[in-house]
Amino acid sequence: MAAWELAKLLLQLDKRTLPHLWEIAGAFGTPSRRGGPPLAATLVEAALFTLRGAFFGFAIGALIGFVLGTIFAHVRILEQSLVPYVVASQTVPILAIAPMVVVWLRGSWWSVPLIAAYLTFFPVTINTLRGMKSPDPRAVELMRSYAASSWEVLWKLRFPASLPAIFAALKVAATSSVVGAIIAELPAGMQRGLGGAILNFNQYYITGPERLWAAILAAAIVGILFFVGVSLVERVVLRNIVRSA
Amino acid sequence: MAVVSITNVNKVFGSGNRPQTVALKDINLEIQPREFISLIGPSGCGKSTLLRTIGDLIPPSSGEVLVNGKPAHAARLNREYGMVFQSPVLFEWRTVLGNVELPLEIMRVPKPERTQRAREMLRLVELHGFERHYPWQLSGGMQQRVAIARALSFRPQLLLMDEPFGALDEITRERMNAELLRIWQETQTTVVFVTHSIPEAVFLSTRVVVMSARPGRITDIIEIDLGYPRTVETREMPRFFELVTQVREALRKGEDMRER
Ligand SMILES: Nc1ncnc2c1ncn2[C@@H]1O[C@H](COP(=O)(O)OP(=O)(O)OP(=O)(O)O)[C@@H](O)[C@H]1O
Ligand SMILES: [Mg+2]
Repeated sequence: MAAWELAKLLLQLDKRTLPHLWEIAGAFGTPSRRGGPPLAATLVEAALFTLRGAFFGFAIGALIGFVLGTIFAHVRILEQSLVPYVVASQTVPILAIAPMVVVWLRGSWWSVPLIAAYLTFFPVTINTLRGMKSPDPRAVELMRSYAASSWEVLWKLRFPASLPAIFAALKVAATSSVVGAIIAELPAGMQRGLGGAILNFNQYYITGPERLWAAILAAAIVGILFFVGVSLVERVVLRNIVRSA
Repeated sequence: MAVVSITNVNKVFGSGNRPQTVALKDINLEIQPREFISLIGPSGCGKSTLLRTIGDLIPPSSGEVLVNGKPAHAARLNREYGMVFQSPVLFEWRTVLGNVELPLEIMRVPKPERTQRAREMLRLVELHGFERHYPWQLSGGMQQRVAIARALSFRPQLLLMDEPFGALDEITRERMNAELLRIWQETQTTVVFVTHSIPEAVFLSTRVVVMSARPGRITDIIEIDLGYPRTVETREMPRFFELVTQVREALRKGEDMRER
């Protein structure tokens, strides 16, 4: 925060380039529309709307990623033939895809989670694949010596062994699902979310730059809260595992 | 009936244009019930390969492996042997008790009986009181004892051990040797034990199988007529030293045969 104000002072940045922190803080208390609720209330509402989209997207993406990663870990031909496409999918700019998805789904709310899921499934797929292949080959032999079925090898060995990698991916996915949801709200013309708020305040940036900054801050907070939430779940689930560094 | 019966087994690794290794050549071996067999030989002579062939973890290229009169494959599906590796390979997300219960869980033993048997096994390896610990909270020797308890939990007639004490210090190793003999006598199992240590092989075994490398063959089988129980004093008996020398010479002879 000191760096913020210092940069502003040293570089002689005006209000439009970088408003004072207290101006941003103050913006939360003032209504964005005359007679409306304070900006903070509007933003909390928008944040919850966006978080809902992000959360559904996160859940769908994580599930797809887990299933894909698990399949790839077991079927070598599929891994070799399909993983390049999974990687390629992430080089397509999300900004280009978002409007298409919105049109396909005729502007339905589901386009938001779907686009969030598009960003989420990738890290989860890759880390699930890596995690599922991580067990010591001897551990796999041990399971074979018990004549364990592949299903048991999956649930009693490969899945627990891959949890640290999966959680690492989920934490990345948590923040990117929020970014995905915000981006998806724009072409969908969804006014109620943070995406809508950011678009709206963008248009009035000259007269009230602190409001856009406040909206950006709100978006960051949503991302961080989601990240912290996943981290807490991780801490509970992995509480007994000391990861050897 | 022999517990393990190996007839004309060969194992060649590598196929196509990859370099071929003859890991096992013309192996013949019969192991009787209640025997303690050690496999000893230079690194790369195929000891692990032979052990894994008995356990049906890899198929032989030719020849036949019978366990309790059945093909090794059927014996594996029937869960007739327990396996212990050089590293304990414990599941780090399971408690000590959970690790010992793992094979019983896969074999669908009901929970109360499972827990009771696992506790029994932990007592056998003198680890009672550590049920709720996690593997990383134990020393290397304790972890290896958990692995032994796990291998014994479903009472297999055959125990396959691949350098189980290779990573332990000399003192712990000798203590584990004595414990293993006690467990072997209490549980009445047959043991096939891979080791690099001549004194360890002599101290433990009823017979020591000496192997040589490239191609991996059995060059000698030495009866260990020390009788049981074996104690700290056993290691100081003249006969013990004679047998150690005999195994050492058999190993050297195996190497010479290769060089010629
Ligand atoms: N999966 C495999 N693929 C190819 N070659 C193998 C494989 N496993 C073992 N070998 C080769 O077979 C030979 C015997 O290996 P093995 O592991 O049985 O030796 P070992 O006697 O157990 O040695 P060590 O005492 O070092 O454990 C070696 O030359 C090894 O390189
Ligand atoms: Mg070996």
